[in-house]
Formats: sequence, C-alpha cells, structure tokens
Amino acid sequence: MITAIVDHTVHSWRLKARELLRRGIPPEKIDWCAENGEKSLLPAEEMSSVSPSREIKVPADFLPLATSVCAHTDPRRWAILYRLLYRLTHGGEKHLLKMPSDPDTRQCQMWAKAVGRDIHKMHAFVRFRLIHVDESTGKEEFIAWFEPTYRIVRLGTPFFVKRFANMDWSILTPDECAHWNGKHLTFLPGANRHQVPDSDAHDDLWRTYYRSIFNPARLKVKAMQSEIPQKYWKNLPEASIISELIAGSKNRVDEMLETPERPVKPMPNNAYLRSLHTKEKSPETP
Amino acid sequence: MNLDRKLQILADAAKYDASCASSGAAKKDSRGGKGVGSTGGAGICHSYTPDGRCISLLKVLLTNVCLYDCHYCINRRSSNVQRALFTPDEVVKLTLDFYKRNYIEGLFLSSGIVRSADYTMELVIEVARRLREEHHFRGYIHLKTIPEASPELIEKAGRYADRISINIELPTQASLDRFAPEKNLANTQGAMGGIRTRIDEVADARKEFRQIQNRPRVKPPTFATSQSTQMIVGADDSSDSVVLGRADELYRDYKLKRVYYSGFSPIPEPSVILPLKAPPLIREHRLYQADWLLRFYGFDVKELLPKENPNLDLEIDPKLSWAIRNRQFFPVDINRAPQEMLWRIPGIGVRNVSRILAARRYVNLKLTDLLRMRVSLKKVLPFIIAADHTPSFGLLESDQLRTQFLAKPKQLELDFSAPAPTNADQIITLNGQL
Repeated sequence: MITAIVDHTVHSWRLKARELLRRGIPPEKIDWCAENGEKSLLPAEEMSSVSPSREIKVPADFLPLATSVCAHTDPRRWAILYRLLYRLTHGGEKHLLKMPSDPDTRQCQMWAKAVGRDIHKMHAFVRFRLIHVDESTGKEEFIAWFEPTYRIVRLGTPFFVKRFANMDWSILTPDECAHWNGKHLTFLPGANRHQVPDSDAHDDLWRTYYRSIFNPARLKVKAMQSEIPQKYWKNLPEASIISELIAGSKNRVDEMLETPERPVKPMPNNAYLRSLHTKEKSPETP
Repeated sequence: MNLDRKLQILADAAKYDASCASSGAAKKDSRGGKGVGSTGGAGICHSYTPDGRCISLLKVLLTNVCLYDCHYCINRRSSNVQRALFTPDEVVKLTLDFYKRNYIEGLFLSSGIVRSADYTMELVIEVARRLREEHHFRGYIHLKTIPEASPELIEKAGRYADRISINIELPTQASLDRFAPEKNLANTQGAMGGIRTRIDEVADARKEFRQIQNRPRVKPPTFATSQSTQMIVGADDSSDSVVLGRADELYRDYKLKRVYYSGFSPIPEPSVILPLKAPPLIREHRLYQADWLLRFYGFDVKELLPKENPNLDLEIDPKLSWAIRNRQFFPVDINRAPQEMLWRIPGIGVRNVSRILAARRYVNLKLTDLLRMRVSLKKVLPFIIAADHTPSFGLLESDQLRTQFLAKPKQLELDFSAPAPTNADQIITLNGQL
C-alpha cells in the first residue's frame, strides 16, 4: 500500500498522480491522505522523481474537472479522481468523461458542480467594507469576511481581481485569506471574523433600497430561502429586516385595496404632451 | 429631501419593471486602467427579496415626476404619490458606492417623462455618460428608453449601455388607448427597429475590426448588445394568445433578448380607470413557460394556443397541455427520436435532451438513467419508450390522462361561523406559497 500525501490544491494532487500513473500503480493500492503539516511517523515509500518517459494524454476536460474536485472537502475525492484518471489512460476508457451513467464520472461531476456553485455564491455574497481612503492618491481599501463551504479561495478570487483591479482589497475566510494590492494577489493563512468591521456606513442605505424594491403583493418566501442558503444570511446586512418585511406585507396590500381610487387629473399645459395627443388623433398615413 | 428618502421613493417607483438581467454584456474589466467593474459572464444575483426576486442591479427612477397618465402605473400624473428627483451625481455615487462593495452588478435606470421625451432622455444619458467617461465604470448598465425620443438620443443611450429597453406595456393599440393614452404601438416598434438595426451594425463593425491585421488607432464603435421589453398581464382583457402572439412577433422582427411578463399588481395609488385585483401570478408563470417553449423548444404560438384555446391551461404546464392534445406523436423513443421530438416530451428540458443525446451514443438509456438526470418519471412515463419501458396499453388513450397530472385538491373544512373572505384574503390565498 502506497501512501500519497497531498494538500487541497490540484497542483499537489497532479504531481503525485502523474508519478503514480507513470509507475503504473493501480488505484486500489494507494492510500490518499491530506497534508496536515506534521511529518508522518511511518516512512512513506520513496516518491523519487523518475525520469520523464512518454507524455500521458488525458481528455482536455479532465484538468478543469480535477481542479474543481480537489477544492471539495469529501475525503474520497483524490482516490476517485485517480481511479478516473487510471481508467481513462491505462484502462483505455477514452470516452469515460462523456458517460454520465458511469458512477465515477457522475460522482466527480457532482463534486465539481458543488464547487462551481460555491464559487458563484462567493462572487454573489462577498460584501466589502471600506476601511481606508488614501488622502493623497484617493486609493480605497476594502475588506470582506466570507465563509465558503469548500476550499475555493484561490479559484474564486481572480474574478475580484478583474472587477476591482484598481482598489486594494482583502477577502478573509476561515481557511485562507486573499490580498490584492493592485499588482499581486497573495494568499495567507485563514483569519477570524473579528478582524473585519461588523458594519459599514452604507448598510443603512442598502437596507432602504432592499426594503423599497420589494413588492409586498407578491410574497414568495420559499423562493427567496432556496436561492440564498441559510448559512449566508448572517453576513448580509439586509437579513435583519426580512421578518419585518414579511410580517408587514399583508397590511400594506390591505391598505392599497382600501385606498379610494384616484380620479383622472386634467392634462397640464405642456406643448410636448399636446403634440402627442394631436398626432394620435390624425389618421394613420398608409 | 435627503438621499435616503429619495432612494426610498425612487426605488419604490421602479419596482414594477421586472427586468433584472445582468448577463449578456460584452466582456470588459478594469485591469490595466483606472476604472472599476467587469461584465461578460453570467449574471449574478447578489441578494433576494421576500417576493422571490433577485437583486442584481441598482434599479431606480431618475425622477417619478411624469407627464403621462398610464393607469396601471404608480407614477402617472393623476397619482398623489410623493415626487422626488435625483441629481445625476447622486445616482452616480450610489451606483459606485454599492458596486465597489459588491452589492450590485450595475445600474438599471429609468425615469418618468418630465418636460419632454428628449429632455428626459438627456438627463438619463448624462448619468450613464458620467459613469462611463468620468469614472471609467465597466460594470453593467441597463437604460430604459422613451420611444418618442429622437433617434439620435436613443442611439447615444445605446452607446453607454449594455442593455437598452423600451416597454411595450400592452399588446394592442386599443388597450393602450384605454390605459396608456400617451403611448403608441407603432412608435414603440419603430424605435425597437432602429435599435435592432444599430445593434446589428455595431456587432458587424466589431467583428470586422477584430479581423483587421493592422489595427488603426480608432477604436471600434460600442453599443448595447441586446434589447428587451415588458408586457403587463391582467390589466387589460387580452388573451394569452394575443400576448404571446405579440411577443413572438417582437422576438422575430426585433431580435429581442427577452420579453418580460409582469402580472398587474396592486399599487398604492389606484386609478378609477383600472380597479385593483389580485396579481395573476400563475398566469404569469405559464406565460414564461410558454415563452421558453417558443424560444428554445421549437414550438409555434398556434400549437400552444390554437383558436379553441386562446388561454393557457393554468393547472398544467403548456408543454404537457400540448402533449395531451396531440397524443398521436407519442410515445417517443428516447434512444432513437431526433432532438426536435425529444424537446416535446413533457418533463424533459433542453439540458436533459442534450445529456440524452450525448449519453445514448455509448449506452442504451434506461429509466434509471433518466432518474439520475432528475427527470420526473411520473410526468414522463406515459410519453416515452426507454430500453426497459413502454407505456402500458391504453394509458395514452385514456380520458383520465390530464386529471392524473393535476395537483390533488385539498380537503377544505367549511366553517359557517367565519366572516366571508375579503378581497385581501383572496389576494393572500392567491399569492401565497405557489
């Protein structure tokens, strides 16, 4: 039994997997372990770098799939990913990734999909707070606290680099933190939420907007709850007013229904308005 | 009036415009420059309100003062709603402040008509111009356009926006005459035609520009990548056939990206011309389903709404309704039928049709494969043949085929001591958890 130790990046898994594949080690002979910073007490089998032989060809789809799967947290992922890789290469099942009926393909695709959803939620729910404006350059500095489900900080932050390239910002999560200073994106170990200010002067304006854009005659609480999973609510400033909005809807709709209907007011003295009405009254030209 | 109060009035005024898309824009970002923002991927919903709708953009009116008197609208001149007006800088600042905090994908800006169509358009355009040219904003901008404005102004608006739209509001001129006396269908269609032409021209020019070897210093023209519109449903007496017929025509003639259907909803300032009623949410939902069938499933309006059925079935979805009325096409063999027929199977969407087509090259598909694709077997079984299934004899011929798909009726307790249900009760029961 060979022990393979990897961290959560696809890079680490890929190096090990390439080695093992070159040596032709079948999936059932490998024990995949997470790197936990401690040196293992047992001597791991020597993973010396063998001189590169022929290139191993995998379908183009495989690497993006592996990148996503490695960011997941299920402990079985490395083993199943390797089994998929082994079957694609040594096993000769070249079309494996196109067969959603295959259990290994299906499992990896589901993991990748969950990671993809988590990345999308990160892009949606990271909320920055302004902490500093440089008086001379006007450069603004922002910070955010976020709690992703999977190890997606490195996968999700390039989006913010493209969008906020000219602001300095940091995204702090329990696992890992990302910092952008206008030139480089750096990653540091995880932080805790007290390092990020609780609120921002803009929260009140946002709540005003949130309250005003909501239509009380169309209450659909289940739809709202299914789109924003429970875990994200505690970090969104609008969460505090939702129950009052729901509770008040019926009264607001009742009030609308009880309001007496307004009569039509006469047309004001406006040349543009008059021109619209005279145009309509004339017969249509063929 | 302070900013918070203005925001309250002018966001409240904008909520009846259903459009919330932030996708489909040309790819741009703020690397290597001095601005902020990016577009070009899928749209992102940054929050959701208790009406189930997503918040993707800052959606406001520049002002809710309006010369027009459209009777479904809270901002019409006969309404007593409190009026407010943003300065362009106030809108710019709100947009940038929310955007930098990642609360929004961009701005959706509309306005009541003040002084004249051109005067109003110029104010709206000024906001977009400041965002793009002074602040180098590369996020999403959706501008609403007034069809009566001059074509030059409409073109200028398109230069700064990713999406531009004009609301047709009602499907016939007769309805407009009654409920929106200043609006004209021919004007609106003329403006949409002009926008479509411009969208196509710029798309071609940009394509050519990309292919030129020695690029001149001149940049290619910019313009919105798409236009959309909205129709109000349930305010006038137009049938679904009329509404969808108009939508179909607009998609074909003006290449609209989307038609939005907005169920007429109670407003705080009702008009004597248009009494309030419960919003027709189920009807709106069926219209969206039918709209999808027209655009992605190869259906024709006449197939969904033949002369004898001018309105969509509220109790079952339009595809199932069509299938029950056209049983001669079924059962469909999922392992052999062409894509166009697979699209017509109730309960199987376009994505699953693609999956079926991909998978059946290697394997004969069984019911377990459909289950894995999360297809509702109950819906699909009478209509398909799979490797391990054919529908039982007589199932398709049965008179009861439609009834087995209806939601089970709830057993109601009759309470003769309770007061009669009020209008409000009816609204709550109709718009409660659907």
